[in-house]
Amino acid sequence: MNVSSVKGSMSISSSTSTWKAGDTISDQFPAGLRVLVVDDDPTCLMILEKMLTACLYKVTKCNRAETALSKLRENKNGYDIVLSDVHMPDMDGFKLLEHIGLEMDLPVIMMSADDGKQVVMKGVTHGACDYLIKPVRIEALKNIWQHVVRKRKNEWKEFEQSGSVEEGDRQPKQSDDADYSSSANEGNWKGSKRRKDEEEETDERDDTSTLKKPRVVWSVELHQQFVAAVNQLGIDTVPKKILELMNVPGLTRENVASHLQKYRLYLRRLSGVSQHQSNLSTIISAQDPTFGSLSSLSGLDLQTLAATGQLPAQSLARLQAAGLGRATAKSGIPITLVDQRNIFSFENPKLRFGEGQQQHMTNKQQVNLLHGIPTTMEAKQLVSLRHAAQSVGNMNMQVPPPGPQSSQNNPLLMQMGQQQQQQQSRGQILVDSTINHAPRLSSMGQPILSNGMATNVSSRNGIPENIRAPGYSQTPSMLNFPMNHASELPGNCFPLGSTPGVSNLTSKGAFQEDVNSEIKGSGGFMPSYDVFNDLNQHKPQSWELQNVGIAFDSSQHSNSLQGNLDLTQSALGQQGFSSGQMNGHNRSAAVASKAVFSTGDVKELRSAQNVNQHLNNLLVDNTIRVKSERVCDTSPANIFPDHFGQDDLMSALLKQQESVASSENEFDFDGYSMNNIPV
Amino acid sequence: MERNPIRRQLAIMRQSLFDQGHVDEQFVQLEELQDDANPNFVEEVVTLYYRDSARIILNIEQALERKPFDFRKLDAYMHQFKGSSSSIGAKKVKAESTLFRECCKSGNGEGCMRSFQQLKKEYATLRKKFGAYFQLARQAGPVETASRPK
Repeated sequence: MNVSSVKGSMSISSSTSTWKAGDTISDQFPAGLRVLVVDDDPTCLMILEKMLTACLYKVTKCNRAETALSKLRENKNGYDIVLSDVHMPDMDGFKLLEHIGLEMDLPVIMMSADDGKQVVMKGVTHGACDYLIKPVRIEALKNIWQHVVRKRKNEWKEFEQSGSVEEGDRQPKQSDDADYSSSANEGNWKGSKRRKDEEEETDERDDTSTLKKPRVVWSVELHQQFVAAVNQLGIDTVPKKILELMNVPGLTRENVASHLQKYRLYLRRLSGVSQHQSNLSTIISAQDPTFGSLSSLSGLDLQTLAATGQLPAQSLARLQAAGLGRATAKSGIPITLVDQRNIFSFENPKLRFGEGQQQHMTNKQQVNLLHGIPTTMEAKQLVSLRHAAQSVGNMNMQVPPPGPQSSQNNPLLMQMGQQQQQQQSRGQILVDSTINHAPRLSSMGQPILSNGMATNVSSRNGIPENIRAPGYSQTPSMLNFPMNHASELPGNCFPLGSTPGVSNLTSKGAFQEDVNSEIKGSGGFMPSYDVFNDLNQHKPQSWELQNVGIAFDSSQHSNSLQGNLDLTQSALGQQGFSSGQMNGHNRSAAVASKAVFSTGDVKELRSAQNVNQHLNNLLVDNTIRVKSERVCDTSPANIFPDHFGQDDLMSALLKQQESVASSENEFDFDGYSMNNIPV
Repeated sequence: MERNPIRRQLAIMRQSLFDQGHVDEQFVQLEELQDDANPNFVEEVVTLYYRDSARIILNIEQALERKPFDFRKLDAYMHQFKGSSSSIGAKKVKAESTLFRECCKSGNGEGCMRSFQQLKKEYATLRKKFGAYFQLARQAGPVETASRPK
């Protein structure tokens, strides 16, 4: 990575600068920290406001969670931290926490007069940065800025790790330090942390390399085979049987097992979109870092891509933190995971699937799944991809979408990429494919995911991790469920024709085009699961495409996109996109993606967002956590990434890096040409 | 100055609030938030507290009239009340709230009733004391910070 790229990396610096741009000047930090405080008790609210003002923060108060959420959604970059009461009449504080984590990825501090261990633990598992016991003293509030800094730092670190692990290029980190100097303590701890991270990364990398297996790309065809087998055997079947039935040479039981797990979550999410539990788990799974399993490149790439296009620099930083990082990087994904986990694991901190938290981390091997199909390109993945992309410095990876749209798409990606020029291209590749394939899905998927997530916040600690590994883009449900339209399912995503409620975006080839256009907004939400028309079954509300910020420009870019989807998708997409990404890790991505878009896109996004707002109002709010899950991009045409094993990607990325500036591909990859990637 | 005797008296009143256990350290936090820009901040907060908590008291009373007791609901109300009370530093009221919640958790209906009666008493007593205190405070002008309670 070159320093310049690092400097140029929007995510990090932009996030920082965005934050700075708010009100704070770095040297005045933490003065001006933008705090949103939510408490239904007017007495407490008044006191808190006064205390926070006395700390020189910029305070916004809300007495209702709904109000707070809408404020946050309206102004995604307008706040640095949220303080929320646990017990509120209109919405449980943990639910709000979940939403915020999914959509905006802001640090959240919970407060309560309740100091019982259970409640505090709940805060932890749901992802709160801190838990304050009431009555809150001003001293406790004086230090809340640390959570903002910490989060940014982690995001940066994630980014770095994901980006540099493969390349083994630690230099950017140092430069990143320079960039990321807005935080108060930045310089010092960042540098040291970086170095520490590097060491960790190195270790991980070594381990990973020894354990690397050829990555399995769950192409559309492969997934179809899988689904057919599952349908025949029943969803409760065992991977072994599925494997035998599929009879695909080279496919291992483990591949099938992890894919099955994702699939199950995905189904659960679809069916229980209105039910929190199942959805959540699904989403979590979906979101689970496939990255993890994507082991690094794919996950990262996707994330990067997603991030690139979709996340404004700011969000990128967040995404990074989100832990996209690479599967290899412990800190990378885990952060994302952790966030997700925290968010979702309401009741049950245990890993659902019995996989340790580290699981996803070590899922590199499992990455093979969904490599090509960034279905689970959840925000995290996207984030990591983004990071990866950023580090690579070439965000313009675009999978050449077949057909005319490609030109459309490419510009989108280009835009995204350009912004992140310096970023790793790795992420791009994956993201591209993801984006290409599932723009629609992503937008749709998001809502669904958010739904699921919102609802399922429960326990699935373990799930996210599992899912992550394989980069299941199943989450696409969140992303790209074109709720009502669904007719065109991105071909890439799992053609879950039978999936209820999930509009299968598995569009046949056309999807790509749509995706491309959509990618714009969503930065590559790849509908991992084909959003079938069944989606209609799901109540649109369940989607809560609140922040489906995917800037679907379906009307413009994706001819193949169903008309009806266009507006909704774009609106949703934009929001969902951004929101999806916003989730946990994705927040930065979403934000970043927004920023990444070219002006034109931005406008679209904005308008889309406006539309989204309306749509959100229409849809059930809060249920959908739009997690920027970049659904895998399963468009057939863009599947070729599927064929890349991790190694391939790595080499491709490495190659890419060397030729960062060159956009030799027709696809506007910066030095990244799909053709060049050894399959 | 004629304000001195008032201020002196104010300080004595304030100290007795602490000494008698009516308010705790949190009250000091409120006082410290008071400044020239918000010279009556503490009074405003306490006023807001009494206005808002009256609603909760009413809810609890109504809930206690329905038999059998919905302990979960009662507990939830009291949790709310406790949060409010603790934020202004109402020590005795807060302690009684805790007792009430314990009765709820153990399903002790009688205990809840008794505790609630006691709580209302403390609540009313404190209100009177605050009323007198703030009235004097307005006469005295800016209040000096007295010694902190032990």
